[in-house]
Amino acid sequence: MRWHRLWAMARKEFIQIGRDSRSLMIVLVMPVVLVLLFGYGVSLDLKRTATCVFDREGSPQSRDLLARFASSEYFNVVKHVDGYPALTRALDTGACKLGVVVPHDFSRRLAAGGPVSLQAVVDATDDNTANLVFGYTEAVVRGFSAETQLDWLARQGERRPPVTVRIESRTWFNEDLESKSFIVPGVVAIVMAVIGTFLTSLTIAREWERGTMEQLISTPVTSLEVMLGKLVPYFVIGMVATAVCVAIGIGWFEVPFRGHWTTLFGSAALFLTVVLSIGFLFSVLAKTQLAASQFALVSTFLPSFLLSGFLFAIEQMPPVLRALTHLFPARYLVTILKAVFLKGTEAPALRFELAALGLFAIVLAALATRAFQKRLA
Amino acid sequence: MTQNGHSIVVENLVKRFGSFTAVGGISFETRRGEIFGFLGPNGAGKSTTIRMLCGLLRPTSGRAEVAGFDVARAPEKVRQNIGYMSQKFSLYHDLTVEENLRFYAGLYTVPRGVLDERLRWAVEMAGLEGRESALTGTLAGGWKQRLALGCAVLHRPPVLFLDEPTSGVDPISRRKFWELIQQMAAEGVTVLVTTHYMDEAEYCNRLALIYRGALVALGTPAELKQRAMRGELLLVECEPFDRAVEVLGRAPQVEDAAVFGRALHLTVADAAAAIPAVRALLERQGVEVRRLEPIRPSLEDVFVALTTGRGENGNGRS
Repeated sequence: MRWHRLWAMARKEFIQIGRDSRSLMIVLVMPVVLVLLFGYGVSLDLKRTATCVFDREGSPQSRDLLARFASSEYFNVVKHVDGYPALTRALDTGACKLGVVVPHDFSRRLAAGGPVSLQAVVDATDDNTANLVFGYTEAVVRGFSAETQLDWLARQGERRPPVTVRIESRTWFNEDLESKSFIVPGVVAIVMAVIGTFLTSLTIAREWERGTMEQLISTPVTSLEVMLGKLVPYFVIGMVATAVCVAIGIGWFEVPFRGHWTTLFGSAALFLTVVLSIGFLFSVLAKTQLAASQFALVSTFLPSFLLSGFLFAIEQMPPVLRALTHLFPARYLVTILKAVFLKGTEAPALRFELAALGLFAIVLAALATRAFQKRLA
Repeated sequence: MTQNGHSIVVENLVKRFGSFTAVGGISFETRRGEIFGFLGPNGAGKSTTIRMLCGLLRPTSGRAEVAGFDVARAPEKVRQNIGYMSQKFSLYHDLTVEENLRFYAGLYTVPRGVLDERLRWAVEMAGLEGRESALTGTLAGGWKQRLALGCAVLHRPPVLFLDEPTSGVDPISRRKFWELIQQMAAEGVTVLVTTHYMDEAEYCNRLALIYRGALVALGTPAELKQRAMRGELLLVECEPFDRAVEVLGRAPQVEDAAVFGRALHLTVADAAAAIPAVRALLERQGVEVRRLEPIRPSLEDVFVALTTGRGENGNGRS
C-alpha cells in the first residue's frame, strides 16, 4: 500500500462529497434533523393526557376527586361535559383520550361506606397508551380512596393504622424517567448507520455508472487503496456527525453522560467500520447507485431501527426475533451507547458487545476488500 | 522493453464471454515508438483486446506481454507502465482540470520533483492554460479528450493504449490530437490506437484489420492497399456523364466502374496502358474528358475488399 495513492483517492472523494449537494445535505443536515426529530417527536412518556370529565353529582367530594386529576401532571382536564353524548363526541373526535364519569350518588354512597364505582372511558386505539392511562387513573383514584378510608377510620375514633406496605422506589440511570434520555443515545447509532451505509453504497456504484471506473482501475492503484481511500472520508464525516449528535443530545436535550469518551468514540469507530464496509460491499455488488442504496437502507437502517433495542426492548421480543437481533451490529452499539450515557459503564463490562462489534468490523472489512476486483468482467 | 525491442507481444490471445468469442486468437508484435492501429467495425473485438492488454480483462487463453510484463501474471507492473484512455470519456466531471490531473498524478506516483512541470506540460498540451480551475464537465469535447490524454501520460509510460480516442470530437481537434500522438511516438512511446475513422488509420505506422474477433490483415497502410486491391484506380471526370458511364461499363480495359459523386472510379489492370485507351474511347463517343488520372485507393476500399466474402460487414456503429 502506498500512502500517496491512498491520499490521492481520499482527497478526490472529499472534493466530490463537497461538491455534491445531495451528499452534503445528508452529511450536514440529516444528523441534526434526526436527533431533533427523535428527541422531540418520539416520546414514550405519557403526560398531560387530554381528559374530559362528566360530574353527575357536583358535590364537594366529587369536585375533590376531579381536582386530583386536574393537578396531576399525567392529566390535563380540557373539557367538562354534562351528558354522555358530549363525552362520546369528545372521544370520537379525538379531543380527549380519557373520559371520567362521576355517578350521581357518589357522596351518598361514600358516606354510607359502600363501594362506589367510577367510570373511566379510554380511547384504546393505541393499546400501550391506554394501559398507561388506566394505570395513572387507578393511581389517582386509589390515592383518593385511601384518604377517604383514613378519614372514615378517624371519624370512628380509630388511630391511623400503624403499618402499611409502601414502595420506596429509586429510579436508577434515568432518574427522571425521561424517554429522551433513552432514545437520544440510540439516535446516534441510527445516524451512523445511515451516513455509513447509505453514502458509501453510492461511491463505487457511481464510478461504474459514470464510466470513471474503467480509467481508475487501469492505473496502478490497488483494490485496498481504492477501498480505504473511499472509506476514510466517510469515516471522518461519520465521526464528526456522531460528535454533533452527542453534543446535541447532551447540550440541548440534557441527556446525562456518565461514561468515558474513549468508550463512546471507540465503539462508534468500530460500528462505523462495520457500516462503511457493508455500504462498500453493496456498492461493489450492485454496480448501480439505486440498487446499492436500497439494499443499504433495507439491510441497515430498518434493522437498526427495529431490532437494535433503540425503541423496542430486545428482552420483550419473541425468542426468534430476539435471537435475530444478534445478527445486526446496531444492537451492540445501542446497548453500549445506552450503558455509556446513562450508567457510565466502563469498557470491561461491555466486553461482549465490543468484541461482537470488533468481530463484525474485521469480517466485513475483509469481505469488502476481497469483493472489489480491479477487473471489468 | 522485452529483449527483442517489442513493447507489445501478443500470442494467440483469446477472450470468450460464455459461448460468444469476442477475440478469437490474435497475434501481433509492436515496435518501440510505433503507432499501431486497430481498424475495424464496432463489436469486432478491438476494445476487448485493448482491455486484456491493460489487465482489465483476464484472457481466456493465449499470452500477452506489455512493456516486458505478462498481463495475466503481473497486471500491476503492466499498469505502472501504460497509459490508457477508455472509449468513453472517463475523467471526473465534478473535479476541476487541475484536480483531475493531480488525482492521476497521485495514482501514478509522479515524483514530487517533476510534478509541477508535468502538470504544466499537460495543461499546455491540452490547451487549457488559464482554465485549470474550471470544472471538467464544462469543457468542450476536444479539450476534455486532450485532458484525458494528459492524465494518461503524466507518468511518461512507454506504452499508450487509446480506445477510439477521437470519437465525437470535431475535425480540427482530431487533427491536433493526432499531432500529439505523433509527437509522443517520435519520443519513443509505443501507441496502440483503435479507430473506425479511415482517415485516422492513415496516421498509423502499421495497421491491424480486426473483423469478427480475428486479425484479417496486418501491414503498413500502403502495404494493405497494395495487397488488397487487384489492379489500380483511375479517376474520371467528364461530360456528358451518363454517356461516359454507359460506355465505360462496357469497355474491355475496365474491370470495374463505380460512381463517386460527379466522378467515376475505374479499376484497371495497368494504369499507364489504360489511360490513353480510355481517353480515346471516350473522345470517339463524343465525351469531353476533363480529368483522367491515377489515384491511390483509400483504406475504405481496402477494408471492404478484405472483409468481402467473410460474411456480412459490420453494421456500423453499435
